[in-house]
Amino acid sequence: MDSALALHRFHFAFTVTYHYLFPQLTMGLALLIVILKGLHLRTGDPHYNESARFWARIFAINFAMGVVTGIPMEFQFGTNWSRFSKAAGGVIGQTLAMEGVYSFFLESTFLGLFIYGEKILGRTGHFAAACCVFVGSWMSGFFIIATDAWMQHPVGYKLGPQGEIILDSWAALIFNPWTFWQYLHNMIGSVVTAAFVMSSIGAFYLLQRKHEQHGRVFVRLGVLAGLVACVLMLFPTGDGQGQNVARYQPATLAAMEGHFETNPAGQGAGVALMGQPDVEKGKLDNPLIIPEALSFITYKRWNAQVKGLKDFPPDQRPDNIPLLFYSFHIMVGLGTLFIAAMGWATLSLLRGRLYTSRPLLWMLFLLAPFPYIANTAGWMTAEIGRQPWLIYGLMRTSEGASMRVSAGNTLFTLLGFMGMYTLLSVLFLFMIWREVDHGPGSATPTPDTLPQPVPAVGD
Amino acid sequence: MDTNTLQILWFCLVAVMLTFYVILDGFDIGAGIVSLLIGRDQTRRALVLKSIGPFWDGNEVWLLAGGGCLYSAFPTLYASSFQGFYLPLMMVLWLLMLRGISIELRNHIVSDLWRPLWDKVFGVASALLAIFYGAALGNVVRGVPLDSQAEFFLPLWTNWQPGADPGILDWYTVLVGLLAFATLTMHGALWVKLKTEGALANDSRTLARLAAAVALLLTGAVTVASFSLQPQIVRSFTTQPAGLIFPALAVVGLGIVFLKQGDVTQFLGSCVFILGMMTSAAFGLFPYVLPSSTQPSLGLTIQNTAAANYGLGVGLWWWTPGMLLAGAYTWFLYRRFAGKVQLDSTH
Repeated sequence: MDSALALHRFHFAFTVTYHYLFPQLTMGLALLIVILKGLHLRTGDPHYNESARFWARIFAINFAMGVVTGIPMEFQFGTNWSRFSKAAGGVIGQTLAMEGVYSFFLESTFLGLFIYGEKILGRTGHFAAACCVFVGSWMSGFFIIATDAWMQHPVGYKLGPQGEIILDSWAALIFNPWTFWQYLHNMIGSVVTAAFVMSSIGAFYLLQRKHEQHGRVFVRLGVLAGLVACVLMLFPTGDGQGQNVARYQPATLAAMEGHFETNPAGQGAGVALMGQPDVEKGKLDNPLIIPEALSFITYKRWNAQVKGLKDFPPDQRPDNIPLLFYSFHIMVGLGTLFIAAMGWATLSLLRGRLYTSRPLLWMLFLLAPFPYIANTAGWMTAEIGRQPWLIYGLMRTSEGASMRVSAGNTLFTLLGFMGMYTLLSVLFLFMIWREVDHGPGSATPTPDTLPQPVPAVGD
Repeated sequence: MDTNTLQILWFCLVAVMLTFYVILDGFDIGAGIVSLLIGRDQTRRALVLKSIGPFWDGNEVWLLAGGGCLYSAFPTLYASSFQGFYLPLMMVLWLLMLRGISIELRNHIVSDLWRPLWDKVFGVASALLAIFYGAALGNVVRGVPLDSQAEFFLPLWTNWQPGADPGILDWYTVLVGLLAFATLTMHGALWVKLKTEGALANDSRTLARLAAAVALLLTGAVTVASFSLQPQIVRSFTTQPAGLIFPALAVVGLGIVFLKQGDVTQFLGSCVFILGMMTSAAFGLFPYVLPSSTQPSLGLTIQNTAAANYGLGVGLWWWTPGMLLAGAYTWFLYRRFAGKVQLDSTH
């Protein structure tokens, strides 16, 4: 592989993976904050409102991180993927511009009002501001998914005389069949992250016997929302997304599953729960197989034929099959464990024992990082699965990079981003730790209520 | 609508959005420079920050939305210029990040080390951003060595001469960078004067006056240099003298800053000055959007960079209601947080 191309790919992969650590929390958290504000409106219980305020502070820090790490993504379409942008900008520019016009203005205006405006807006107005932040962030997610969906399954275009890609139907771009399941799967995945983080902090407080009233609110909402979201991740959204891959990217499906040989007619293909793909020899080492399950999951028939990887031409197969296989299996494996964990916690909650069960609280506390891993693995499955295509079937990844930007210049900025993001990580963890340590009881001192070290200027 | 009208319309829309960005984010970048230059103590710097507190984030959205519209309407221009200006754009990103986190983090800890550190980062990042933005505009006016694929790549500097093999920085683009620095200093100082009272407002008035004088001198120098370096500008203004309305706007804006006293009036004068400068550049280059420094026929124009008609047409349908909404939010936000800022008030 040309080293400049490899660096452009790693540049984007690194910055987008880091970026998505933040929106995956804020999008889900926006929904949970709306629920907390709604519960406060209905019951009048101040603990709900204090909980909402606490999570709004966590939200604000994550949102700021999401913004500063998100701007480079829009830039990199041009800086690092200039040939792709030149060819496809007339199509995906539509969804990216709509994100700016419809989501970012809404979010930036109402987040400020939500964070600083509780007094001037009143109870209902503040709830409305929370709803606007939620709508803005979920619309933003939609436009990004619609953009990615078009790269996964291009629709609504025609090719011009010089091979340029011309938008042909705006409605087809927006209502891409790929978008529907991917959007729901992704957004509910962000609810999983938010719910797990919320129950984790709640469990942390209960284990320490600090902020117990709020801790219970966090655990209750986190566990219930977490269970619902985890189940929805499996069915119908995960299943629907899988159907899309099977229909539109069959080579990707075979690689994800480590399915090298097409199964003989009349004999179902099995699902490998674990194993290590040996791409050179074209087989899966140490497989742990559930017979006939792959046929059923894919085509809802126990003996359906599923085309194996060897029956696709080499230049149509994803170029990193082991990583794709592991990403997919980590995502699915964690998702399955999540359902078990949250199901167990919910049973205990319904029997009134969760708040005092230290083993379960420890489990909830320690679960927080895992949805981040599962969501990241899910995105890696989608993006590595799309290879070797940048736009599936239309443009190869090797054709889309900025050819005039040398490997040396790309490495320079990659190292720059690594340094910058290391700094951001340290600051972020420090800020989050301060908020968690301070807890939800009373408001964190705002800038103006802090004692000023220097007396006010006389005028 | 026919192709030509659609392309010109989108050119105007994108130009307006980016001009709004420069005017809006310009005052909070300028406020950063004010904080650096006359923010002598923590109270002053806190006031300067508070004056932009609810606004700066929304102001940056104009860059993202304008950039998005540029991407969808003129994809070849976006692709070509972002590749060619690779290094300075990445540095702009780092500066935007440092600036954003310094504003966010400053108030979280009361410490005599923490706050001055982030205040300094905020000020220096703002100052460098102003210079980078100016230099970027200078590059667009001077032109770049485009090849027949509409591609180029510029190093940060070569021999500091705006010849056939220029760098991002040469004497001309640095001059435009300094003009942008002076202009945004004036703009930010007028904003701080508008939003604060007492000694800080007084010092801002003095700073704005000084910066305006420097901006006036540099505007003269940049105008002369631009006319001699970029023949297209001469052509545009001689064949269509009506376009002189744009430079006239800039003159009127600067005149208001010098001759009027009211806080709002002076700030609006500064807005008009920026509007006049940006539109003069756009009109002067039209129909080029990125001229070639080697061979005029290789230059990028609105015609050879625009997306296809259907996309431009359908774009108007979502752009219009979307920007009406965005305008309404912006108006609402500025109304809600109107008036002078003070410390020790509760939110």
